[in-house]
Amino acid sequence: MSLVIKDLHANIDETQILKGVNLEIPKGEVHAIMGPNGSGKSTLSKIITGHDDYDVKSGTVTMDGVDLLEMDVDERSREGVFLAFQYPAEVPGVSNANFIRAALQARLPDGEELDAVAYYKNLYSKMDVLEMDRKFTSRAVNEGFSGGEKKRNEILQMMMLEPKYCILDETDSGLDIDALKIVAKGVNAMRSEERGFLVITHYQRLLDYIQPDHVHVMSDGQIVKSGGKDLALELEESGYDFLKEGELANA
Amino acid sequence: MMTTTVPAWFADLQDEARAEYDTHPMPSRRDETWRFGNLKQLDFGGYTPDEGSEIRFSIPELPDGVICVPFEEALEKHSDLVQKYFMRNEPRLGSQKFAALHKANVKNGLFVYVPDNVQVEKPIEVSHVLKGSNKMTFPHTLVVTGKNAQVSVLDRFSSANDDDANICIAVNDLIAGEGSRLTYCAIQELNLVSRMIQINETSVGKDATAKAFTMNSGAQWARNEALSILEGEGAHSDMLSCSIPSGTQQFDQRTFQHHAAPHTNSDLLYKNSLYGNAKTVFSGLILVDEGAHYTDAYQTCRNLMMDDTAEANSMPGLEINADQVKCSHGSTSATISDEEIFYLRARGIPPHKARRLIARGFSAEAVEKLGNEALEDAVLEAVERKFSTL
Ligand SMILES: Nc1ncnc2c1ncn2[C@@H]1O[C@H](COP(=O)(O)OP(=O)(O)O)[C@@H](O)[C@H]1O
Ligand SMILES: [Mg+2]
Repeated sequence: MSLVIKDLHANIDETQILKGVNLEIPKGEVHAIMGPNGSGKSTLSKIITGHDDYDVKSGTVTMDGVDLLEMDVDERSREGVFLAFQYPAEVPGVSNANFIRAALQARLPDGEELDAVAYYKNLYSKMDVLEMDRKFTSRAVNEGFSGGEKKRNEILQMMMLEPKYCILDETDSGLDIDALKIVAKGVNAMRSEERGFLVITHYQRLLDYIQPDHVHVMSDGQIVKSGGKDLALELEESGYDFLKEGELANA
Repeated sequence: MMTTTVPAWFADLQDEARAEYDTHPMPSRRDETWRFGNLKQLDFGGYTPDEGSEIRFSIPELPDGVICVPFEEALEKHSDLVQKYFMRNEPRLGSQKFAALHKANVKNGLFVYVPDNVQVEKPIEVSHVLKGSNKMTFPHTLVVTGKNAQVSVLDRFSSANDDDANICIAVNDLIAGEGSRLTYCAIQELNLVSRMIQINETSVGKDATAKAFTMNSGAQWARNEALSILEGEGAHSDMLSCSIPSGTQQFDQRTFQHHAAPHTNSDLLYKNSLYGNAKTVFSGLILVDEGAHYTDAYQTCRNLMMDDTAEANSMPGLEINADQVKCSHGSTSATISDEEIFYLRARGIPPHKARRLIARGFSAEAVEKLGNEALEDAVLEAVERKFSTL
């Protein structure tokens, strides 16, 4: 049981962004992808989610054996893929509580109504873990939220939807150290044998709190190096300069 | 139908109104108040004035002293009060001729009078059901609150069936006395072959708060004229609307916020969600009289274009003759962005439900300003009824 990306090539307009990505995330594991800005990390996460800005030229993405690329965005989500966005959208007029409720309702069979009382109880308890004020239930989705509040809100959704595979795209950016610890607590509480994680980050800092099983380095649309969690520390020390110096061969 | 005898003053008024109707010219293209309007809808040929509508009252238990009776009964039993408040001012937003027609023909409706210091908690509800075919009906709602009184009134307009074409020319007079709170809400759900003109006139006294809400869901064509006059110092007026035209429906909205006293404020929020080939016109005017200093007046019309075949026209206007005035007006037309839809879909919400969720939230922003749970629920239910047809 895993999320498998095989030889994925993708373009935006005429530009090649992903140039053959291979990655396997088994359930129960946390994988981290690091890499310089512009290397294609967000692109990869959005393609897995089903964003239609990108043209998949070749390769496959499967989840527990099922072809994800054949599915619509919303179908993928209901099947268990979740992306905590680097830049979450704002949805004016729709309250956060109604939004998450609609997302849960969409997972129920036709004719079955979500139990509102149980829903709010669950929502509040998750918000407590993330130390989010109750006022965020009635505020419009992400509208006027600070960067950090948006990131917490992404994790709140993840906790509520209980996906099979969670992708976190730069969830640490915009968070101060206290907020980072809180978010990591939420993520760690969800780690289980039943769930896989892909944590995308530019900095090693996040990985102190969400300890990965494997670390991959992405550069220019490819995974160029993989290793254990020590790789993140090495990168922190020496930076990404090695990518330019052709040291890849030693990886 | 049996006619009760009406007081002499009223019979005279109706005679005058008949003459007035004949002398007022038909609106023309050149009239500013009918700009972008659909004048063809004003051809009432083949329609006969009649008590076509059935009226049902749903009246909560009322404290002593409150008068809440059908309009015709009020004419009989509370003639002086009705005379004092009935259609005191000329309409200013284009429908003088149709106001005269209403005046000449009005027979039924509701009269509410809440004496000083009396509060009515639950809404008084009236339902006008248009019946028969090719009939014109003229419902009237007159609500008066005394000093520090409080009341809320809900008017519903609907059709007995889907096929009979009728015309409804409704007038509502709202007179909010000093320090009182008067809330009025109209829910229009006529069938798609009927037409509606609704003329709303609100007078807000010293330190009083008036809220008037109009929800348009039905009718092939609906014209709303809403005038709020802030007469007393410290008066506050909320003018709210949410409309959901679809198919070939056309809604024509004209508003007037008239600040006639200092330290008054008015807040207007009109929200239209347009589907299919629907068309809306919004024309709003803020007038601040000389001497009406320290006035705050806000006017916002927002259009959510659910299909690119729909058309929304907005014409905001301002005339300020006083100092220390805060005014803003603006209108926007927006579509739902792909990014919003993608975000909702990325959480598992199917595309049509995502669009519905956003449209619902869009309407709810105006509804929430009503600040009256029973009325808010009534409007939100009407919103859902409309959505279920789309
Ligand atoms: N919507 C887009 N339009 C044009 N170029 C894009 C778009 N999204 C990403 N790119 C380009 O694709 C490359 C990879 O971007 P991205 O996946 O966001 O990288 P990362 O997340 O690793 O910083 C960059 O060169 C970026 O400029
Ligand atoms: Mg990125």
